[in-house]
Amino acid sequence: MDLNYTPEEESFRAEVRAFLAAELPAEIRDKVNLGRRVRKDDMVRWQKILYRRGWGAGMWPKRFGGAGWSVVQQHIFDEEAAAAGAPPQLPFSLRMVAPVLMAYGNAAQQGYFLPRIISGEDWWCQGYSEPGSGSDLASLRTTAERRADHYVVSGQKTWNTLGQHADWIFCLVRTGSEGRPQLGISFLLIDMKTPGVSVRPIITVEGEHEINDIFFDNVKVPLENLVGEENKGWTYAKFLLGHERTNNAGIGNCKRSLKRLKKIAGTQMMNGRPLIEDPRFRDRIARVELELMALEITNLRVLSAEASESRAPGPEVSMLKIKGSEIIQQLAELQMHALGHDALPYIREALELDWSAPPLLAEHYPEFAPPLSGQYFNLRKTTIYAGSTEVQKNIIAKLILGL
Amino acid sequence: MDFRYSEEQLALQDTLQRFISRDYDFAHRRALVGSPLGFSAEAWARYAELGLLALPFPEEFGGLGGTGVDVMAVMEQVGQGLLLEPYVSTVVLCGGLIRDAASESIKQSILPRVAAGQLQMALAAYEAAGRYDLAHVACAAVEAGGGWVLSGRKAVVLDAPSANYFLVSARSAGQVGDTEGISLFLVARDAPGVTTLPYPTQSGGRAADLQLTDVSPEALIGVPGRALGIIERAVDSAIAALCAEALGIVTALNQATLNYLKTRKQFGVAIGAFQALQHRMAEMIIAAEQTRSMAIIAAVHVDLDDGAKRRRAISGAKAYVGQAGRFVGQQAVQLHGAMGVVDDLIVSHYFKRLTMIDMSLGDADFHLARFSDALGAEA
Repeated sequence: MDLNYTPEEESFRAEVRAFLAAELPAEIRDKVNLGRRVRKDDMVRWQKILYRRGWGAGMWPKRFGGAGWSVVQQHIFDEEAAAAGAPPQLPFSLRMVAPVLMAYGNAAQQGYFLPRIISGEDWWCQGYSEPGSGSDLASLRTTAERRADHYVVSGQKTWNTLGQHADWIFCLVRTGSEGRPQLGISFLLIDMKTPGVSVRPIITVEGEHEINDIFFDNVKVPLENLVGEENKGWTYAKFLLGHERTNNAGIGNCKRSLKRLKKIAGTQMMNGRPLIEDPRFRDRIARVELELMALEITNLRVLSAEASESRAPGPEVSMLKIKGSEIIQQLAELQMHALGHDALPYIREALELDWSAPPLLAEHYPEFAPPLSGQYFNLRKTTIYAGSTEVQKNIIAKLILGL
Repeated sequence: MDFRYSEEQLALQDTLQRFISRDYDFAHRRALVGSPLGFSAEAWARYAELGLLALPFPEEFGGLGGTGVDVMAVMEQVGQGLLLEPYVSTVVLCGGLIRDAASESIKQSILPRVAAGQLQMALAAYEAAGRYDLAHVACAAVEAGGGWVLSGRKAVVLDAPSANYFLVSARSAGQVGDTEGISLFLVARDAPGVTTLPYPTQSGGRAADLQLTDVSPEALIGVPGRALGIIERAVDSAIAALCAEALGIVTALNQATLNYLKTRKQFGVAIGAFQALQHRMAEMIIAAEQTRSMAIIAAVHVDLDDGAKRRRAISGAKAYVGQAGRFVGQQAVQLHGAMGVVDDLIVSHYFKRLTMIDMSLGDADFHLARFSDALGAEA
């Protein structure tokens, strides 16, 4: 047992930190740290900066252009990047479709798409859920009919995140109706510019446009956009979900949120003293911090075991997803609570970086205040998306406990 | 003991329910949230016709002499319908303060107009850095030339943008935080020296910051320097009203969630067939029953003159309802899945309102502290 980083890992951390200090644009950093709207341009710009450094995709193998980092190196990078105020890298591109292409795509697909992903040239989104198929994903009904040299895709995907910016969407589609529903599913890559693809915004609880419905009306998709074999898509889909859930522990993000919570609780006043001196509130922070301390090590233990055994993420990642989502929700809730009645104002323009509070408001409405209630509302999604907490518990019960 | 609403109270609820389903559906509410006023002037006139705006006032001032339980009956429907009109601010908080503490002539001039739907009011009691402490008053009241002059700032004054009058707490003696030395004033919104900075709130309402610069109030309300007690009493009444509003929301959310469990199919069955979700729903129903009990406790205690006993009941109810509302709100969203976090469905709006009820007039932590401090004093 040794929880210490090796000297090599420590020097890697120093290298990452120096890079972030030098290369992360101040404007992006401020948006992230203050919870202001981060736009597509910001994320693409950051991806290109990482790419130039050779860090466009830390955990990808070197033969695909990745940095070939270890689990611990990736953890160090995530932690430092979050602490510095770096925006997230697009998970749909880097951590979802890319691993599927590496594992199941052909050489042509790998050769075309992976370089465009790592360089930030293409923006990917996910076409999984449908109106009638959420937790029961395998019941999906979007169809792809095979013709001579293309598929014709028709149907609707929903809860699609950031697809309004996307160049490509990876979709689960139904290509067969024989046997169990899982058997007739295929994994298709669809150019968002194809005629018949349309995007309709869904406004979420906090009032922002983050997710969409995507409609496919007789969309022609070349046969070569099929990944792997026809009707084997469910295998690839589950492989992808494993990768998605690993990421969902979101340790770096949780640590940044905890740090922000402590700062807010140290600034907000109660009875003439900083709120963090109130034992009732401080204990609530302490309880979340304990959960996070444990999860950081649990996360590393699970990922290291997978790496050393060279296997894909297993059902253990369900634990990481459950805990990580609960922790980020609790941190957001405490941040909102720290505001007291300053949680009440809803000032949409305050989510832009160039907004500053009018003098009267500024007296009690600090610059960290505007996004906090909305973040609490929005982050209720984390125990719902990527397999709800209830679905994750079913996975644990079935695949780990054998119940 | 009798835990039922009276025939009159049930009839009033029934009338409101019909009004909501006919004239105040979710689409209408959304349009109102986006409108300049932020609520419905027609609905306000309707409340006047129904006697809601006269409810807690004595008959001699055009009122109906109603009790805390009458207000509870109304507020439960306000919650169900997510009504946006400034009922609590105008009738319960400020109307209650005028009723309890103002001179006969002020009562005569204000209360009949409130009852008739002709004027609205907002309580300006909280200030920057004061959190939920009503004694944190820096806004200054200086006696001059037989009158008073007010200067200072008030933060997040709920329903201020539409108010014709503000009731403003100001310090006429002592230091910020002292319980003594606080006075209460009636201030016309168009009085020279009053400026407002309006903004929407997270749950579809309106609020504003207030700046007072050498403002001459219309009147002093109550005894100079001794206003904290009457303000606390009015805030306690408003808290009881918010508990009843939360009850209405929790009830509606549970109904919506139960319907969803019965109709949403996954894996070939209604999701209500899954025991994990059945148990969750059972816990939510228990939380709603407990919320009803706490809302009743709050409602029957608002008319109590014994401040310590009243405060214990009210703070206990607010702390409990805050927690129960948090649980039901979060779980209703969770059980609706992604449908729970979309703006297009009423579920997310109920959830936001429950959250903001908790964050208003002292959150669950604040009131738990008051409740448990009183417990310490008993020992």
